[in-house]
Amino acid sequence: MKSSVITFPGSNCDRDMDVALTKFGFKNKMVWHNDQELPKSDLIVLPGGFSYGDYLRCGSMASKSKIMNSVINFAKSGGLVMGICNGFQILVESGLVPGVLLRNKYLQFICKNIHVKVDNKENTFFKNLDKKVLEFHIAHNEGNYFCTNDQLKEIEDNNQIAIYYCDQNGNTDDQINPNGSIKNIAGILNKEKNVLGMMPHPERMIDQSLSGEDGSIFFKNLLNNIK
Amino acid sequence: MKVSAVITLKKDVLDPQGKVIHETLDGMGFNSVNEVRQGKYFEIDVKENDPKKAKDLVEDMCKKLLANLVIENYKIIETQ
Repeated sequence: MKSSVITFPGSNCDRDMDVALTKFGFKNKMVWHNDQELPKSDLIVLPGGFSYGDYLRCGSMASKSKIMNSVINFAKSGGLVMGICNGFQILVESGLVPGVLLRNKYLQFICKNIHVKVDNKENTFFKNLDKKVLEFHIAHNEGNYFCTNDQLKEIEDNNQIAIYYCDQNGNTDDQINPNGSIKNIAGILNKEKNVLGMMPHPERMIDQSLSGEDGSIFFKNLLNNIK
Repeated sequence: MKVSAVITLKKDVLDPQGKVIHETLDGMGFNSVNEVRQGKYFEIDVKENDPKKAKDLVEDMCKKLLANLVIENYKIIETQ
C-alpha cells in the first residue's frame, strides 16, 4: 500500500508519520507543499506541526498551497486523506471536513496523553478495530473543535464524529474534555467518510518501550482495511 | 489604494482571549466593561485606484482567506 505525507513549511511531525507508516508496511513518499502532483497513493496524510508559523489562523495558509488542489481533488474522488493535529486544522480550513479549531478553552498549550473513544466504525479508518478506547497523545494550542448548531446537527445525523475525548473507561464527561471541544469531539470525518481529521497523534504511540502501542493498533488496522 | 478590513468573531463563538483581557481590565480598575471581543485588523494596499473595485477585491480576499466565515465576520471599514 502506498502513502504520501505532505510536508509544509513548519510541519514537524512529517518524519514521525513517515516512520510510523513505514513501520507498518506502507510504502511512503514525502511530498513538498509546492509540488503540484501527488504520487500514486492509497492514503494521503497531512501531518502535525505549525505550518506557516500558525499565522492568521492555524492551517489557513497551508490550505491554499499548491499541493492542496491535488489533495482536494484526490479526496473528492474518494481517496483516503488523514489530517493529524495541524493536518486537521488544514483540513477544516480547506473545507474538506466541517467546523473549525479554536484556541483551547483555558488558553493553555496542552501536551499529554489522553484517551479517545471510537464510536464510529463505519469507515476505513476505524473499521474492525477491536479496541473501543485508545490512548493517544495530544500537543496543541488550537484544538477546541467548534461548529455551528446546524453543522453539528448535520454531522451527528450523518454519523461523522469519529472519536471523542474520554477517560480510560470510555466515559465522555465534560471534566475530561481537555480543550473545550463541542461534545468532546477529538476527530471528525467528512460526509463520505474518506477524510479523517483528528487532533490526537497516533504516530507518537508506536513503540512499546517509549509510549505504548495504541498507535500501532491503529496503523495495523488501517493497513488491513486498505488492503 | 489602501483598504482596511476588520475581522471579528461571531457573537456565539467563545473568545477566551477577550475574556482574559476583560478580567485583566477589571483587575486594573476598569470596572465599567461589559464584554471584550478580540479581532483582527488588516490594512491592504492594492494596485487599484477605483474605490469600488478595490473594496470588492479586498472583500473577495476576506471571503477566501482573511476570515473564516464559520466563526468570523468581516467588515471593510475604509478606503483611501
